[in-house]
Amino acid sequence: MKKLINDPENVVDEMLEGMLTAHDLRRLDGTEVVVRSDAPVEGKVGIVSGGGSGHEPTHAGYIGDGMLDGAAAGAVFTSPTADQLSEMVQACDGGEGVFCVVKNYEGDVMNFETAMEMAEMEADTEVEYVVTNDDVAVEDSLYTSGRRGVAGTVFVHKIAGAMAHRGGDLAEVKRVAEKANENVGTMGMALTSCVTPDKGEPTFDLGDDEIELGIGIHGEPGTQRTEHMSADEITDHLTEAVLEDLDLDAGTEVATMVNGMGGTPLMELYVVNRRLQEILDDRGLETWDARVGDYMTSLDMMGCSITVLELDDELKELLAYPAETPGLTVVD
Amino acid sequence: MSDDRQDLETQSEAVREAVATIANRLADEKTHLTDLDSAIGDADHGANMDRGFQTALERVEETDGGPATLVKTTGTALVSAVGGASGPLYGGSLMKASQELEDGITAESTVAFAERYLETVEERGKASVGDKTMLDALTPAVHTYKKSIEVDDCEPVEALGKAVDAARRGVEFTTPLRARKGRASYLGWRSVGHQDPGATSTLYLLEELLDVATEYADATVEIDAEANVDPGAVDDPEGDIEDARADGDE
Repeated sequence: MKKLINDPENVVDEMLEGMLTAHDLRRLDGTEVVVRSDAPVEGKVGIVSGGGSGHEPTHAGYIGDGMLDGAAAGAVFTSPTADQLSEMVQACDGGEGVFCVVKNYEGDVMNFETAMEMAEMEADTEVEYVVTNDDVAVEDSLYTSGRRGVAGTVFVHKIAGAMAHRGGDLAEVKRVAEKANENVGTMGMALTSCVTPDKGEPTFDLGDDEIELGIGIHGEPGTQRTEHMSADEITDHLTEAVLEDLDLDAGTEVATMVNGMGGTPLMELYVVNRRLQEILDDRGLETWDARVGDYMTSLDMMGCSITVLELDDELKELLAYPAETPGLTVVD
Repeated sequence: MSDDRQDLETQSEAVREAVATIANRLADEKTHLTDLDSAIGDADHGANMDRGFQTALERVEETDGGPATLVKTTGTALVSAVGGASGPLYGGSLMKASQELEDGITAESTVAFAERYLETVEERGKASVGDKTMLDALTPAVHTYKKSIEVDDCEPVEALGKAVDAARRGVEFTTPLRARKGRASYLGWRSVGHQDPGATSTLYLLEELLDVATEYADATVEIDAEANVDPGAVDDPEGDIEDARADGDE
């Protein structure tokens, strides 16, 4: 399999080096932790996230005004270690505490929990967190108890980040992050497996005429393997699963995200979005904000996920709040 | 005061020795643990634990401080060098439980330490006995230790011996189980018939802890005999020994 890499061992390190020269970011010495160059921001709740690499622009791509203050990069699809996460938490504490957005994957949750204890013990840092679990495809999965945290996490980053930037305290940040997490659902699918740099070959075999529904973001197989279908049929499947889970009344306003898995052209994502919006129209749901692009990827996997977030006035305001990051920008 | 300090120094020495002994054992068992893990997990448990304890050994050798500090240092080293879910489970729990040893190693503080360690593993892993995890060895060991000290009035070394027996039975008990937590749970019924690697490494830690604790207990008894100390005073040295074991527990 052809890849634009040097040594798989160095891929995360070299990626971070490249990011630092392209964006206004700073790396903590001797770690894979990246923070905004002016961290910690005095008087603001720090917002941090992290997890395995391979989901770019997640995680460091969302560092900037209105979103994250720091992000820790683990090895590909592997949680960062707790000591690095703890350093990140301490580096992002501007005196108002730090809020961690953690995706529900076993290693991520355990390492973040340990890191928060370390930060509390070592630096008296006040810490709160949310474990995102937007994936409607699974109850328990290969790597989790409960539902996985996937692309919907980007909405949680945005909403928590906006609340912190606007001056909200740790409790308020936690409240809105939990509200967003409780009202968001995602379902993903794969046309192909991804290829991790270490392994160099697909993590699961998929025939030319087969697709996987209900995938996560780590190359783990989905919940259902079916024959390949048209874009509209696939969109119908994904959207039905999400809407069934959210159970929205007609007239509800929503934000949507058609997220590419890393190997799918925007052309195809827009085709999916076209059908998604038709379905929402048919259900009497009002799309207030629609995003299409690569937000939470799985290396070079071809496929997409669909995310729907139920909105109220507060969440709308926070989604619309300006943000300036490499991976997502919202202007006033 | 100087006696107390000496006790703490002996305890620190015991903790360092426990880490060294465990590191040696894990180096010996590296392949065995990885073989167990390759049957039902992702085949890195042996290498991870070995790397973790080698790192811990380097760090405790260059760290000054009492038993609590050294146990915490061990935990931090495991957290940073083991990674995955095992880092927080073995290392994070050790870090948290180390707080119970702030005033040194005594029968009481080692019971508190063991309970805190178990509690942290349970909370973090969200598993319980019967899920085919390290808890199948750890839980009976901790309960046995506590009961032996508090109800049966055993000396710490004897209590630890009983705890190791309980852990050994627990490890055997994991073989017929169907995994419900961790990587192995993905195999469902295919995990049946394999011994759990996490329970096995936990047993190794306890066995080595017992070894070091026994060694320190014997040494203490000898010193006491030489000093012709009355039997009542023996309690203190034993307390030190216990501490060493407790550190190893993690």
